Amino acid sequence: MSAAVEDTLGGAGRRTLALPLGGIWRNGLLAAGTWALAAALTYGLPDVIAWGATGLFAAVMLVGAGIFLALSVTVHRLGGFGRTLIHYGPWFIVLGLWLGLWEVLTAKLGWLPKPFFSPPQGLLHVYVTDWERLLICIAYTGRLWGLGFFSGILIGFAGGVALGWSKRFAYWGMPLLKLIGPVPASAWIPCTFFIFPSTFHASIFLVALASGIPVAILTAAGVSQVNRSFYDVARTLGADNRFLVFKVAIPASLPNVFVGIFMGLYYSFAVLVVAEMLGAKFGLGWYLQFNTAYSAYANVYAALVIMALICAGLVRLLFVARDRLLGWQKGIL
Amino acid sequence: MALALAATTPSDSIALDVEGVSHRYERDGTELQVLDNVSLTIAPGEFVALLGPSGCGKSTLLRLAAGLETPTTGRVLEDGRPITAPNPDRILVFQDATLFPWRTVRANIATGLEARGLLGEKGHRIDEVLKLVKLEGFADFYPHQLSGGMAQRAALARALVNDPKLLLLDEPFGKLDSLTRLRMQNELLDLWKSAGFTALLVTHDVEEALLLADRVIVLSDRPAAIIAEVRVDEPHPRQRDDASLVALRRALLEELGISHDV
Repeated sequence: MSAAVEDTLGGAGRRTLALPLGGIWRNGLLAAGTWALAAALTYGLPDVIAWGATGLFAAVMLVGAGIFLALSVTVHRLGGFGRTLIHYGPWFIVLGLWLGLWEVLTAKLGWLPKPFFSPPQGLLHVYVTDWERLLICIAYTGRLWGLGFFSGILIGFAGGVALGWSKRFAYWGMPLLKLIGPVPASAWIPCTFFIFPSTFHASIFLVALASGIPVAILTAAGVSQVNRSFYDVARTLGADNRFLVFKVAIPASLPNVFVGIFMGLYYSFAVLVVAEMLGAKFGLGWYLQFNTAYSAYANVYAALVIMALICAGLVRLLFVARDRLLGWQKGIL
Repeated sequence: MALALAATTPSDSIALDVEGVSHRYERDGTELQVLDNVSLTIAPGEFVALLGPSGCGKSTLLRLAAGLETPTTGRVLEDGRPITAPNPDRILVFQDATLFPWRTVRANIATGLEARGLLGEKGHRIDEVLKLVKLEGFADFYPHQLSGGMAQRAALARALVNDPKLLLLDEPFGKLDSLTRLRMQNELLDLWKSAGFTALLVTHDVEEALLLADRVIVLSDRPAAIIAEVRVDEPHPRQRDDASLVALRRALLEELGISHDV
């Protein structure tokens, strides 16, 4: 009899264990609900003013709802990707609610009026109609940002190491860095026009400056804060200055360098708009200004969303790089 | 194991002479004298302990012997030649293991060889010293994954792989728990016997000094001056409750200004 009791208990245990595998992803169902609601609101209620892609937006939301509905039963079979989806489940629910609310406040009630606000279908309309120009802008901005950011952090890093390592370098360099640091990028425009052969070079300089200065300051701080005993140990083991810089000072200050690079990444994005003021023909910053001038705020929002997504993606990449390089830190952090 | 080490290392050691050394630091405009006319001679292969109150300037003496600093007055000599710069023949082991946290145990031990470009020639020594300090299984661990005792053993290995002729130990077991400390003291003794280096140990632990050293030198409070010297002739392994050691301990504590009933 006791065996039978154990058996039923064991069976029940197995069933509860097995339930999540074959079961339903409740948040997925709820997300499907909120997305379907947004689709229904978009399609069912009349627009205050005509927007381009109302039907398309409703269709997109409906497709999204359908995908969540399908995922709510299959997500457990998707392994790691499925677990990521489950982790962000509450976000998907709120995203559907938020899109629905946004839709109602703009297109359906007009409380947030044109041209200052745009309903989601306004942005969608921009992507559908202006995608070619947007892609070109992304490419141009990518080139400018890549050249500026990477040259900036390289020079900032080298300068930071020199400032942190050499007293004489710090004596002359630190005050200059502190003076230059807070100057807004737009204040450099007159000088850069004079100094650089083309506006493109000037733009690169502005992006490089914005990303390089935090890297330089934090690298310098990191190098100068390295535990003196590390140098003593290395010197008694026969290290020369070169070894001390490259094998002790730099690896020891790498956590600080990464903080600087993160800051530089954000600053470099903030400065893109200013940098592309300088006679650029394409680019996301240019696109923002151009459309602001024409009060085409839907285009502005559309470009902003793209910039935010690219920036978030780059931050993610940087985290991966940091975790790989600073794996030795785990447990300290 | 000890025989294997003796066979692979040149068992030479150096003599250390400290001649009338006084040393001062300048900090915020005020001068701080840490050493006052200290003279001592250490024979090759000898194990000497420097005993004194915390912060008395013992560590400064080690830094001078390591060549990290030069004395304000007086001379520090190795085999009769003045010490002017650090050299892997004389290696300092600190109270904190000061392993480089971004390097694995193996890479930490390799530091000295790498810095001198000897990695190819003497790289095989790394595995030998890893075995010697019983860290064979931890070569690819990072310092933060090690216990205090293991970290200190790795620091010892990092010194020993360079075949030092003089090992300078700055309270190397000061931060370990008492059981680990006892074990490490015995291990250090074995290493010293097999490798044959000269050892200069700074400690404020009277028992540790008596258990390990051939000679115990007592330093006064800052500025440090030599106030007593005791020769310990007991053969190893020594028992801490041995009558002669207990008598020596009492005498040393008295020199340090601590009464009998402690």
